[in-house]
Amino acid sequence: MFKYLKQLTSLVAMVAVLFTFTTETMAAKKSKTLKNTQKKGFVRCGVSQGLPGFSNADAAGNWTGIDVDVCRAVAAAVLGDASKVKFTPLSAKERFTALTSGEIDILSRNTTWTLSRDADIGLTFVGVNFYDGQGFMVRKSSGITSTSQFKNGISACTNIGTTTELNMRDFFNSRGISYEPVAFEKADEVVAAYDAGRCDTYTTDKSGLAAQRTKMSNPDEHIVLPETISKEPLGPVVRQGDSVWEDIVRWSLNTMIEAEEYGITSSNADMMKTSDNPAIKRLVGAEGEMGAAFGLDNDWNYRIITQVGNYGESYKRNIADTGILPDRGPNELWTKGGILYVPPAR
Amino acid sequence: MKLKKILPQAITLLVVILIFGFFTMNAQLNMENRGIDFGYGFLSQESSFDVQFSLIEYSGSDSYARAYLVGLLNTLLVSILGIILCTILGVIVGIARLSPNYLIRTTAAWYVEFFRNIPLLLQIFFWYYAALRALPLPQDAEAIFGVSYLTIKGFYTPSLIWENLDIFIYSVIAAIIAIIFVRIQAKKLRENVGKHLPVLNISIAILFVLPLLTFLFGGVNVGYETPELKQLAKTSFKFEGGLSIPPELLSLVIALSLYTATFVAECVRAGIQGVGKGQREAASSIGLNRKQVLNLIIMPQALRIIIPPTTNQYLNLTKNSSLAAAIAYPDLVLVFAGTALMQTGKAIEIVSITMLTYLTLSLSISFFMNWYNAKIAIVEK
Repeated sequence: MFKYLKQLTSLVAMVAVLFTFTTETMAAKKSKTLKNTQKKGFVRCGVSQGLPGFSNADAAGNWTGIDVDVCRAVAAAVLGDASKVKFTPLSAKERFTALTSGEIDILSRNTTWTLSRDADIGLTFVGVNFYDGQGFMVRKSSGITSTSQFKNGISACTNIGTTTELNMRDFFNSRGISYEPVAFEKADEVVAAYDAGRCDTYTTDKSGLAAQRTKMSNPDEHIVLPETISKEPLGPVVRQGDSVWEDIVRWSLNTMIEAEEYGITSSNADMMKTSDNPAIKRLVGAEGEMGAAFGLDNDWNYRIITQVGNYGESYKRNIADTGILPDRGPNELWTKGGILYVPPAR
Repeated sequence: MKLKKILPQAITLLVVILIFGFFTMNAQLNMENRGIDFGYGFLSQESSFDVQFSLIEYSGSDSYARAYLVGLLNTLLVSILGIILCTILGVIVGIARLSPNYLIRTTAAWYVEFFRNIPLLLQIFFWYYAALRALPLPQDAEAIFGVSYLTIKGFYTPSLIWENLDIFIYSVIAAIIAIIFVRIQAKKLRENVGKHLPVLNISIAILFVLPLLTFLFGGVNVGYETPELKQLAKTSFKFEGGLSIPPELLSLVIALSLYTATFVAECVRAGIQGVGKGQREAASSIGLNRKQVLNLIIMPQALRIIIPPTTNQYLNLTKNSSLAAAIAYPDLVLVFAGTALMQTGKAIEIVSITMLTYLTLSLSISFFMNWYNAKIAIVEK
């Protein structure tokens, strides 16, 4: 009898282990990317080749920026450690191929969400982490203060393989101005050529202009013109066909934004666990089963907030305090006059 | 016995087919999984991006196929210019390396060792970024011969404006045909009767007189347009009119020809040194003068040694021209495998077209050089 009891308990234990195993990995089984990421122990993230404020490596090889923070948030959520990210710097030309071929699992590289990219090339955009628009930079000494002063024959430096190239054409064509496009593969090359005087103007997303301006030999000699010629919603991208992974990345970003909305920061997240507001409690893993659907534990969002911080903290740390764009403009919360608005986490 | 011969080949063939099959299947499967369709239909779609420099009329409202053509022609342009320049420079330096003059010989050797041992991409960057930075802005540029300007935005020089250019071109073609005819006749005369005609003088006369006649009777006329400085903003100027060569093309051609010329120079040197000393002495002993020795005895034999390795250098130059992408010269790789690939997302299609194009270019050059090599080969009698 005793012998049987022992066997029975081990059997029950085995079934229990199996059962917890299956519930925990139901989502992981559905998501090949999640499974692979957990097996490898790091998140494979594609970033830019150096755009201050968005994704930029320092001399020691530490990546910082708001695009970088999205990948760190995902790492915190799925691996429990925001530092477990492998960054792959990509040119504008390489980025989508790197993602669709499976070299990276998240592309968080100031990438504009457009219909053709979303629909055609096997990608899915999960959200917007920066609302941007294309602008122009000129030398102060040129006396140009508005794009209306552009004349026929102006030469414009930019990157290849970006929406910038297309917007630029629409802009100049609609105004009947002939222009000389000088398109480089890397942002650094564009900056060097513009800085040398090869081009009269440098055009890309305004945040990019502000960031690259800090890299010029004399930043004060250049100004960004006030006009914005396009909508550029920038956000993280994943491969099509893995909806669980897509949801994880989407809600990692949304968590950061919603945490700011509810005033949860990396320093007060612990206190918030005992908050009276159920919405706040859900965001720090103190209520509900918000991770189960992703195959994650309940503290996944708590880890994002404590390890990476909320969106406001990330923006301040990377973009405002570095002097790139101190004013948040449209990237302010909807409750404060901006257009950052995410679906509720419930 | 027969099986033993065939079996290894059959197995190799099978393995090759299986490998290709695996890659094709794999690509198909992955593309299907990720919702990417395969097809070349995009070529007829509107490209909607502009290109800085084009040999044919092109704007963003043209198709991707035309953008491809723009890139291809730009690649051809840079390759042809590079091949011509590197050949001229290579022959001069190659001969200079054998000069009895110490200064010339050493300078040539230094040039070769310096330029062939620095990575090409670095040299392109040097010519574009370092040399370009040193050039003046258009408003500060000094005129060269009073009409041309070398500025940071490019090289500007007067362009010729032709009337009835086609008639002029036909006359030049006619002159060339006439010269070939004269040369054949002269050769016959020399071999049959032993009479020497001043072929070179006659050729030059034909080449000048025939096209000149078209100016008098064919209604051909030529004028020119000089570049004019135009103000775009307070401190921003550019030249308009005339012929403008973008700095990207200039630096790419300079870098490619200086680099490749070093290899061509070594081929030329090897070729000349490969002809036995006895040949020269024997030729002199039968009464040929120095020029005849070089033209009739040394060069025909040296060329046989020079041509095959030089062909490789031409192929390298053509393929290396794809480094243009680094400095914004709109070649095939930048325009088609760059912008067009990005805008359409058709990676496999575009890369395959680009690879095929380079393969075709290289094979054409190879084919031509092999034909030339066969033509100059010594026919054993």
